[in-house]
Amino acid sequence: MNDPLLEIRNLQIDGESDEIWHEIIKGIDLNLDRGEVLGLIGESGAGKSTLGLAAMNFVRPGCRIRGGSIRFDGQELTEQSELTLRKLRGVRIAYVAQSAAASFNPAHQLIDQFSEIPVVHGVKSRREAEKDAKDLYSRVLLPDPDGIGYRYPHQVSGGQLQRAMTAMALSCRPDLIIFDEPTTALDVTTQIEVLTTIRDIVREFNTAAIYISHDLAVVAQMADRIMVLRYGELVEEATTREMMSSPKMEYTKSLWAVRSFKKEAETVASAMSPVVKVNSVTAGYGSEDILKEVSFEIHRGQTVAIVGESGSGKSTAARVITGLLPPRVGDIQLNGKILPKSFKARNKEQLRHVQMIYQMADTALNPRQRIRNIIGRPLTFYLGLTGKQKEARIRELLSLIELEPDLYIDRFPDELSGGQKQRVSIARALAAEPEFIICDEVTSALDQLVAEGILRLLDRLQREFNLAYMFITHDLATVKAIADNVVVMLQGKIVEQGSKTEIFSPPHHDYTELLLSSVPEMDPDWLNELIAHREKHGVMSSTSIS
Amino acid sequence: MNRILLMILQRFGLGLLTLFVVSIIIFVGVEFLPGDIAEALLGQGASPENVAALRHELGLDRPAHIRYIDWWAGVLQGDLGTSLANRRDIAELITFRLSNTLFLALTAAAISVPLAILFGILAALYRNSAYDRSVNVITLGAVSAPEFLTAYVLILYFSVKLGWFPSLSNIDQDTSFIDKLHQVALPAITLMGVILAYMMRMVRASIINLLASAYIEMAHLKGMPKFRVIVKHALPNAWAPIANIIAISLAYLVVGVVVVEVVFIYPGLGQLMVDSVSNRDIPVVQACSMIFAGTYILLNLTADIVSICTNPRLLHPK
Repeated sequence: MNDPLLEIRNLQIDGESDEIWHEIIKGIDLNLDRGEVLGLIGESGAGKSTLGLAAMNFVRPGCRIRGGSIRFDGQELTEQSELTLRKLRGVRIAYVAQSAAASFNPAHQLIDQFSEIPVVHGVKSRREAEKDAKDLYSRVLLPDPDGIGYRYPHQVSGGQLQRAMTAMALSCRPDLIIFDEPTTALDVTTQIEVLTTIRDIVREFNTAAIYISHDLAVVAQMADRIMVLRYGELVEEATTREMMSSPKMEYTKSLWAVRSFKKEAETVASAMSPVVKVNSVTAGYGSEDILKEVSFEIHRGQTVAIVGESGSGKSTAARVITGLLPPRVGDIQLNGKILPKSFKARNKEQLRHVQMIYQMADTALNPRQRIRNIIGRPLTFYLGLTGKQKEARIRELLSLIELEPDLYIDRFPDELSGGQKQRVSIARALAAEPEFIICDEVTSALDQLVAEGILRLLDRLQREFNLAYMFITHDLATVKAIADNVVVMLQGKIVEQGSKTEIFSPPHHDYTELLLSSVPEMDPDWLNELIAHREKHGVMSSTSIS
Repeated sequence: MNRILLMILQRFGLGLLTLFVVSIIIFVGVEFLPGDIAEALLGQGASPENVAALRHELGLDRPAHIRYIDWWAGVLQGDLGTSLANRRDIAELITFRLSNTLFLALTAAAISVPLAILFGILAALYRNSAYDRSVNVITLGAVSAPEFLTAYVLILYFSVKLGWFPSLSNIDQDTSFIDKLHQVALPAITLMGVILAYMMRMVRASIINLLASAYIEMAHLKGMPKFRVIVKHALPNAWAPIANIIAISLAYLVVGVVVVEVVFIYPGLGQLMVDSVSNRDIPVVQACSMIFAGTYILLNLTADIVSICTNPRLLHPK
């Protein structure tokens, strides 16, 4: 029997922060055979990417390998010179990064960035490399494979860039490719296409791969074997099927169980007038219309989920309702009264009733203000609270979002975890005592367990204060968990809307069908079956529907 | 392409507006200075009648805004007026001085810009190495030392003790190119000290900033040699910040040349301006400051154009 392609033993990696070294990878072993696909899964900070890069004996600035061995094809990488390692990288081990948009150099054409690998490493001539690039571009199903290489990265869509990057990784036919969350930044419908491409390519070239992701369902489609990491340690390792059917460790089980949260019962729209009514709104930037005659309403105590791909106009709808983007045509009604188009013309009461929670709590909270001021500001601004009353209310709000007031009131946002920051954003919105809150992708930047906590909190607050939510998301699992009504958007138009049960049970609108069927499921055979099904019924994509 | 042209035209228009505002500020500023050219020329012992007569002769008894409009009328016809101090044509007076200043500035620039980029890149490439650290310390020292100090130290060693270069710059219309180079050596080195250090530090900082990008990590992971990563992957994206750094440094060169010119008694524009201010010779001051301001604006405009033209998003629209 031949040796494994990659053999990592007792690997320890340190990272530096504030001049203190601490362990990121705490003695991990890893084996990978030729042609095998290994899935690395874990939450952010688990050390997945660090471990993936270590397979190339590469550490990011501020990190160092403290101990252990990395053997690639019989060579001990930790003992090799920088030159030897350099000749290995791109040729025998390649890397596909999470954000292709950031990882392609904006100053060069795609094909230049492709060709430079074989040319600089002396594998192919420039002409051969370009020919090969076009060939691979067509293998990864890029449109116009002969011409697309001569475009610059900003001229190509995100999904296409990710495929171009996969093609680039193959330029020297490496033995191992490391995929670092290659589909995380993509829409579900695009994700399917890229996943299929990657899987077919890996099989076709019999390339071994390390597939890193925080999304179990995705890893289940791609990997033969899965390793679960947490805090830089291995939690569990098993073949994909074994891991999916019978996870052994508590932590792994908790990851599996994440999607189990479900709102108790659907709130039926009351007969009373809606809190917010969006009335055939058309809006956009410059001469372009992003929203086209969009109408929907939201009642008290109800959650309306707005679903769609990036660019479908979800966030623009939020900007129109908040008055940040005045609509060209149509109007917004709050409790039956038409709101001024721009937030500048709205009075305090009108402003108070429409609050917003953002995707990135990091950027939505002022890093130089203490939690006390962040939550206290709307209390003074909208409700005129000061002194003891204000202090008491801040504490009350902190208790509501399940943060111990004494512990957190004087902290800065930097001293909180991602989930806690999002809770503070919720408290800030709640401080205004609104009737309606817009939640813009509030859980997308969070790990699944943390996200679930946020969803539960939002659900509890909704019941307690009879709040109306508009929940913008591209994640259908979240929609299933929290929505009463669903609005499906495509390219600025509403393709379908109705109660959750209606939307999620057939017959579907074509696009809803495409969206729903594109959400990865835990079943390792899901992707195969889906592709087979789609091929039988004709391939669909979001562009072919519109 | 039209979009780029439009942006450039906009910048250009803005530059002209700035120039106009500068002319007002300078004019008003000099007006506010105590005394005028008549008093300066005739000295303190002059009788009030004589001063008044000279004022009338020079047209200084007219209201300020009339004189200002008059001046513009001349400028728009290509006439910068005559010096009040010696009645010479200003355009003629300035041409020689300006060419001297430009010669000094260009000499300093021609040497310091390439050196700054090279040293800056090397420092970024070997970050925190002994080279980087020592360059950092030296440049910090060079930036911190006032120019007149550097100038006098240079004079002390290279002209007084060693006698290699003249301490005063003796340049007239007939001085040969080689001789000129010899004459400007010390002032040029003084100027270079400051801008070389400044540019180098900024180039280093902007390259290091770029090196943290995902596409640079990608280039490393593709196994590209270090030098190629810098030249091929970092540099093309660094032109915009570097062009800005160079433009500001060059503008500084032309404008900051005043002190150096005074120390070396170099017959340049800066010296002329200093003399004219103390004489209250408004037309000359105006002309000099318009040239300085124009240079500043032109250099910044060039930097803007470079950043626009190296931005792939603008250069290759969707």
